[in-house]
Amino acid sequence: MTPRPTPIAPSEITPPEVYFSRRTLLAAALASAASGCVRAAGGEPAGAPLAYERNARYSVSEKPNTYDEITTYNNFYEFGTDKESPSEYARMMRTRPWSVTVAGEAEVRGRFDLEDLLKGQPLEERIYRFRCVEAWSLVVPWVGFPLGKLLGRFKPTSRAKYVELTTLYAPQQMPGQRAAVLNWPYVEGLRIDEAMHPLTLVVVGLYGRTLPNQDGAPLRLIVPWKYGFKSIKSIVQIRFTEREPNTAWNVAAPHEYGFYANVNPAVDHPRWSQATERRLGSPFLAARRPTLPFNGYAAEVASLYQGMDLRRYF
Amino acid sequence: MPLLWWTCAAFGLFGLSLGADPVKKLEHACGKTALNLLMITLSVTPVRSLTGLPQLLRLRRMLGLFAFFYAVVHFTIYLVLDLELNFRLLGADIAKRPYITIGFTALVLLVPLALTSTNGMMRRLGARWQRLHRLIYPIAALAVWHFYWQVKRDVREPLLYLGILALLLGYRLLRWQRLPADAHPRAAAPGALTSRSGSATAPGRT
Ligand code: HEM
Repeated sequence: MTPRPTPIAPSEITPPEVYFSRRTLLAAALASAASGCVRAAGGEPAGAPLAYERNARYSVSEKPNTYDEITTYNNFYEFGTDKESPSEYARMMRTRPWSVTVAGEAEVRGRFDLEDLLKGQPLEERIYRFRCVEAWSLVVPWVGFPLGKLLGRFKPTSRAKYVELTTLYAPQQMPGQRAAVLNWPYVEGLRIDEAMHPLTLVVVGLYGRTLPNQDGAPLRLIVPWKYGFKSIKSIVQIRFTEREPNTAWNVAAPHEYGFYANVNPAVDHPRWSQATERRLGSPFLAARRPTLPFNGYAAEVASLYQGMDLRRYF
Repeated sequence: MPLLWWTCAAFGLFGLSLGADPVKKLEHACGKTALNLLMITLSVTPVRSLTGLPQLLRLRRMLGLFAFFYAVVHFTIYLVLDLELNFRLLGADIAKRPYITIGFTALVLLVPLALTSTNGMMRRLGARWQRLHRLIYPIAALAVWHFYWQVKRDVREPLLYLGILALLLGYRLLRWQRLPADAHPRAAAPGALTSRSGSATAPGRT
């Protein structure tokens, strides 16, 4: 599988600050190869190279999926409901300039340029499991930093019990938003302790390079113990709230998609089982495996839900 | 033939590919083809009478059997490649997942139709053949329902099929109502318009 060459959209033109010559690219590639970083077997990662360190403590030892698998099989309904639609249409989205609005129960509010938000934030690579509510899964080498480090800068007040995150709304750039499949813009949210948990990441890169649009460029959330739809993409707003946010899938079908959406093999989706999952990229007849409670992150996060009935708060 | 295309894609021939989840791709493609063929089969009768081309009827059996064939392949892919022959999962799915229950019912109901599609069976069953093969109406409805229920959120496509099915079945309702009482499908086979003798080539409308 070789990616087709695509016409260059304005969004893809490398801004001068990350412009790099072929020589430095080569050097970066050699350096990262030397440091034993993960290489994609299927498909060459696009995007600008990032400086980061591998966080071994928070990385699983399973083999990551190929770059192609991670970037051609996406649920990003803003670009259509087929798995291939995002990789086809996401280049219509302009990711520069990009800013994020911070609002709600925090002392520091306002609109921040992406560059300011990322300045001085050391990046880490973490290899996480990714479990979709549709019962397929991946292993992905993300590059990012803990969401807690970002949120702390806005000094949330004591009334900030939840964080609500919102995706870009731009039907001109996101053809899927022209149909009312979901209530646009896409909204997700976390309880503040979930948001501050060290496993919760703001992700800006994949396979050592800036995120491709279909995976939620320029910045997205990754909450590895929850179903994939919680990990909102292309974030333009962060709002601290006292009440539980109304999240997109929960509003669309409350009996099927809960606010918590923790990966839980014991609580089925009303229409399909969550007990097992299929790991994409596996050989034929060897893809199905048991789903782990909290997607295998129970040791780190189960305590967040102590005393809660997880059947009720699914 | 779609099947040839998918086979090439499965082995990466001619630059074709099934993407990151080939199993789902094949499963969906066969399900969709089965459904399409069911719809085409159901449109033979209306198209035949609207165009006045009686010879179209000869295609109907072949189309119906192809629909059955793709439904069987769809089920086989689900059982072998998707569930990886885990029969416990199969049992649980059929019992607990309404969309699977419905799909399975549709498949099971198709079996007697396929078995009685031979000339010999047509002759032997006579008028009962007609009645039996009217099962294709509920089967088609179950198939559309099955599609509708397995979609996560975007129901536009299943609704399109529902619309097509409504047209195809509505056409029959209208025709039956307009027929004289003695030609009512329950009283006498509507196939009587072409032949009531139970001849192999004119088994009436289904
Ligand atoms: C007359 C028989 C059947 C027809 C016409 C049919 C048709 C379809 C169609 C049109 C789809 C959706 C494809 C898409 O989204 O593009 C589908 C999906 C599916 N069908 Fe069937 N089907 C039939 C029988 C069955 C049976 C017997 C089973 C299993 C017992 C089954 C299991 C499934 C599954 C598992 C899916 C995919 C759901 C997913 O994405 O996870 N179907 N079928």
